[in-house]
Amino acid sequence: MPAPITVRTAVQTPAENRLTAAFLAVALVALFGGAVTGLLQALDHAGVHVPGQGVFVKSYYQSVSLHGVLNVLVWTTFFISGFMPFLMVRALGRPLASLKLGWLTFCLMLGGLVIAAIPLVGNAATVMFTFYPPLKAHAAFYIGLTLVVVGTWLVTLNMALTLRRWWADNPGRRTPLAAFMSMITFAMWTIASLGLAAEMLFMLIPWSLGWVGGTDPLLARVLFWFTGHPIVYFWLLPAYTSWYTLMPRQAGGRLFSDPLARASFILFLVLSTPLGFHHQFTDPGIHQGWKLVHAFLTFAVFFPSLLTFFNIVASLENGARARGGRGWFAWFAKLPWGDPSVAAQVGAMLTFAFGGIGGLVNASFSLNLLVHNTAWIPGHLHLTVGTAVTLSFMGITYWLVPALRGRALWSRRMALAQVWLWLGGMLIFSNAMHRLGLMGMPRRTHISAAPYMTAEWKALLPLVGIGGTLLFISAMLYFLNLALTVTASRRPCAGEVLFAEALSGPDHAPVIFDRWKPWLVLAFALIALAYGPSLVQLAATTPLDVPGLRVW
Amino acid sequence: MAKSGTTVYLYELAWILPSIAIPVGMLAALTVTAFGAGIHLPSVAGRVSPTRVADTAPFDHPGVVQVGPGRYEARMTSQIWAYAPNEIRVPAGSTVTFIATSKDVIHGLFIPGANVNAMLLPGQITRVTAHFEKPGEYPLLCHEYCGIAHHTMWARVIVEPRS
Repeated sequence: MPAPITVRTAVQTPAENRLTAAFLAVALVALFGGAVTGLLQALDHAGVHVPGQGVFVKSYYQSVSLHGVLNVLVWTTFFISGFMPFLMVRALGRPLASLKLGWLTFCLMLGGLVIAAIPLVGNAATVMFTFYPPLKAHAAFYIGLTLVVVGTWLVTLNMALTLRRWWADNPGRRTPLAAFMSMITFAMWTIASLGLAAEMLFMLIPWSLGWVGGTDPLLARVLFWFTGHPIVYFWLLPAYTSWYTLMPRQAGGRLFSDPLARASFILFLVLSTPLGFHHQFTDPGIHQGWKLVHAFLTFAVFFPSLLTFFNIVASLENGARARGGRGWFAWFAKLPWGDPSVAAQVGAMLTFAFGGIGGLVNASFSLNLLVHNTAWIPGHLHLTVGTAVTLSFMGITYWLVPALRGRALWSRRMALAQVWLWLGGMLIFSNAMHRLGLMGMPRRTHISAAPYMTAEWKALLPLVGIGGTLLFISAMLYFLNLALTVTASRRPCAGEVLFAEALSGPDHAPVIFDRWKPWLVLAFALIALAYGPSLVQLAATTPLDVPGLRVW
Repeated sequence: MAKSGTTVYLYELAWILPSIAIPVGMLAALTVTAFGAGIHLPSVAGRVSPTRVADTAPFDHPGVVQVGPGRYEARMTSQIWAYAPNEIRVPAGSTVTFIATSKDVIHGLFIPGANVNAMLLPGQITRVTAHFEKPGEYPLLCHEYCGIAHHTMWARVIVEPRS
C-alpha cells in the first residue's frame, strides 16, 4: 500500500502572502524591462535598428546595462527574497518571526532599487551589472545597490529567527527540507555578499562621492568576484529547492533521497564562495598558482550539482513510473507535460545540463583563454540564469501567482506555448552566441557597428535576432497570462503548497547534516585558505590611485 | 513501488562514486594538458603608476623590439579607444611577448587567432606570450566594455612571410 504523500501546511498565512506578492511584483516589472532591452540588443546584432529606441536608451551600452541589472540583479534578488521566506513559512507551518521586519526589508530594498535606478535610467550608470571601476557611475547607483544587499541580510535574519523558534518548539526533529534549503541559500549568500559589501563600502562609494581620489580595478574585481560567482548559486539554489521539494510531487512521485539532497546543499554552503578567481584567469596581478587552486575548487562544486541532477531525475522517474511509465528512457514521456509548471522546470533543468558543461569549459584554466569575454559567455549565462533560473522561476509563478491571488491560472495552453517558445528561442540564441564566441566575437560590444566585423560572424548574427525575438514573444505571453490571472480569472484556486515526501526520508540522514556550526566553520576556513593570502597582500599593498572616468 | 532504504542507498552510492571520479578525471586531464602544452595564464608581472604610464619604461616608447633570434617584445599602452602601437609587424615563426597596460579604464587584449586573451588594468602590467607561425593579419581586439566607442577599439598584428 503506498504511503500518503500529501503534506498539507496547517496555517494559512495571508499576511505573508501579501509580502511575497509585493516582492514578486517588483521582480516581474524588472523582468519586463529586461526583456524589452534584450530584444533591442538581439535585433541590433542582426542588423535591425528599432526606430525610436533613443527615447528610452541613449546607447547600445545603456541598453545592455539595463538588461543586465534588471534581469540578473533585480528580477532574481526580489523573486528569491519573496519566495524563500514564503516556502519556509509553509514548510514550518508557522508565521514569519517578524512581519514588520519583513515589510521594513521590502521598503529598504525597494528604496535602494529606486535610488540605483535613477542614474541607471538617466544614463549616469552605464557600467554594466559588473560595474568595474574605474568606469565611474553616479554614487547613487552604488549606494542604492548596497541598500538592496543590506536588505537581503535582513531576509536572512528574519528567516534565521523563524527557524530558531521552530527548533525551540520541535527539539530533536529534523528541519523540513524546504526550510533547510531556504536557510542554506540565504546563509551562503550572506557570507558570499561580504566581498561586494566591502567593495561598495570601502572603495566605490567613498570614491564616487569624491571622498577619496582614486580606486584600484584589480582589488575591486577580486572583491566583486568573491560575490560574483556565488551569486550564481544564490540564483540557482531557489530553483533547486523547487526541483527537490515541490517538483517531484507535481510530477506525481516522491523525492528520491532527502539525505543526498541535504548533503548537496551543505556542499553548496561550503564550496560556493572560494572559487571566484576562475572569473579572473586572464587578469594580471593574481598569481597563476592561486588561479589553479580556484580552478580545482570550481570542479569540486560540480560534485553537488551532479548529485542534484541524479536525485531530481530519479525523483522524476519515480513520478513517471507511478503514472505508468516504462523502459529505460521511455518513462520520460509519461511526465505530466500538460502542467506548465512541470514542463518549465524540467526544460530548465535539462537546459542547465548544457549550461553546466559549458561552465566547466569556462572554469578550465587553459580552455578559458578561448572563451573569456567572448559571446560564448553571455551564451552560457543565458542557459544558466536565463533559463535554468528564469524559466524555473516562471514555472514556479504558474502556481505561486494563482496561490497568492486565490484564482486559477488564466490559460494553461498559453503557459505551455510560452515554455516551449522559451526553450526553442533559447536553443537558437544560445547556440549562435556560443559559436560566435568560439569564432572570437567579443561580448558586450556594439558589434553591428564594429569595424572588425567578419563575414562568418555576419552569417550567424541573424540567428541571435531570431532567438531573441522568440524569447521576447515568450516573455510577453508570460506577462499577459499573469496579468489576466490577477485581473480577469474567476475560477478559484485553493492555494495549497504541497511538498513532496521522500523515498529515503530525512531520518536516514546523519545527525551532522542538521548541525550548522561545523559547516559554517568549514566554509569560512576554505574561504580563508583560497582567498586569504591574495586578498591580504592586495589590500595591504595596493595604492588607491586610479582616478576614474565617465566615458559613455 | 516503494523502494527500501537499502536500495536507495545503493543507487546513491552508484551515482556518488562516478560523480567524484568525473570531475577528478577532468581536472587531471586539464592539469596535464595545460602544463604539458606549456600554457600560461597572465600572472604577477608588477605594477605601474596609472597616472604616469607615459613616463615609465618601457611604456614611454611603445613599439616592437627584437630581443633575440625570432623573439620580440610588443610594448603596448591602451587608452580610450586605441592602442599604441596600433600595428605590430613580425616575421612568421616569431614568438612575441606582449607587455601592456592601460592609461585610463580597463581594456582587453584579445587576439582570437593566437590564443592571446588578457585584461589590461590601470595600475597593473600584463605580460603574455604567443607564437605566430602562419603569415597573415591577426585582429587584436578590446573585449572589455570601456565606454561609448568600445567597439571601435582594435589593432592588428601583421605576420609577414619569412623572406
